[in-house]
Amino acid sequence: MFAQLTDWYPVLLSVRVAVIATVVVTCLGLPVSRLLARGEFFGKDVLEAVITLPLVLPPSVVGYGLLILIGKNGLLGKMLAELGVTLIFTWWAAVIASTVVAFPLMYQSAKAAFKSVDINFEKAARTLGASELRIFFTITLPLAWPGILAGLVLTFARALGEFGATLMVAGNIPGQTQTIPLAIYFAVGAGKNEMARTLVAVITVFSFIVIYWVNRWAKKHQN
Amino acid sequence: MLEVRISKKLWHFNLELEVKIDNQILVLWGPSGAGKTTTLHCLAGLLKPSDGFIKLNAQVLFSSDEKIDVPTRLRNVGYLFQNYALFPHMTVRQNVLYGLRGKRRAGTSGVDAVELLNSFGVGHLIERYPGQLSGGERQRVALARALVVQPQLLLLDEPFSALDKSTRESLRQEVKKLHRQWKIPFVLVSHDEEDAQFLGDLIVSLENGRFRGDSLQAVSVQ
Repeated sequence: MFAQLTDWYPVLLSVRVAVIATVVVTCLGLPVSRLLARGEFFGKDVLEAVITLPLVLPPSVVGYGLLILIGKNGLLGKMLAELGVTLIFTWWAAVIASTVVAFPLMYQSAKAAFKSVDINFEKAARTLGASELRIFFTITLPLAWPGILAGLVLTFARALGEFGATLMVAGNIPGQTQTIPLAIYFAVGAGKNEMARTLVAVITVFSFIVIYWVNRWAKKHQN
Repeated sequence: MLEVRISKKLWHFNLELEVKIDNQILVLWGPSGAGKTTTLHCLAGLLKPSDGFIKLNAQVLFSSDEKIDVPTRLRNVGYLFQNYALFPHMTVRQNVLYGLRGKRRAGTSGVDAVELLNSFGVGHLIERYPGQLSGGERQRVALARALVVQPQLLLLDEPFSALDKSTRESLRQEVKKLHRQWKIPFVLVSHDEEDAQFLGDLIVSLENGRFRGDSLQAVSVQ
């Protein structure tokens, strides 16, 4: 029924890519969504559409776009090559692919969460002498936390399951860039059904535990 | 002493206020939508007036001529929000201590928070969350939070509107008493005529942003 899993590399790589992508998305996404949650400025609608685009586009299109950007002859790729850095077909490319594809999910969740915080709390903190930075960390962020947590879960899940864009920019190099979704696809393609089933079981159990734990944790910390 | 001459362009009218008070209670009275909250926001620095100046004691808080606009956090102005805006994720103690951190680190110590809460009769609620308090208790805690940093001016936005009639009457008394103790100017916004008559040393009625009778003279009662 199941194969003995001798090579844990795809599992570890998937988790590593998803964790790093989630951290990057969070660090970039929270400031961006906080800035765009309030106020209007020229070009905001265009900017928001650009940010959300990877969510709507087929992942292969995002992958192609990234290929143009960080490929050997790409705009950024050429510059990086001069510094001796190659991203394309390394696992870092998988991180970039996951980050771009998952970013809109964090953006949407966090923006809605920040918008839901009553602006009077921030004003009250201001009259009490708090700096904008202190207000963000002591008022806005804690009050927006449930929505941000939802964004974190969605981001991690999307990054863990990333397939199309990853295949385009990181390829399927066993032991180097092969994540679980890729390993499953190519195992099925090669007729190694037992291996595919094993990987499917591993990622299903892992995802279940993560979601279950996060939900439990959120419930406990609701107040 | 508070001296104000500001105008603020809003989309449907021009808000104008010219008034000078000592350590008195100024009541801005008028229907909702008349620009009362906007005026308080201008005084607190949460909104920027289009033109004019705000002077509190010896300090210029805002002046369009001198291009001075002291940020809210440095104005030392207490603000009681209409729904009190108590931070829901913090206890009463954390709420009241919020303003003391950082601001007072450098110099004068604030009033003792626990003592202040006791004097408002809510000292026993110190570990509760705002969600567990009644309307009157919330207001007392919000007052303590605003006063603990020893502001030089206290702004009150419809302080009694969320309360039932009996609580309302007793809190009116308390605010008056409080004003005598603190000896700072209070600016109170209300649409309730009784509030205005009971508390106001000076009542200014706002209609479409202007004083009644199109004169910029404040109407003094008594």
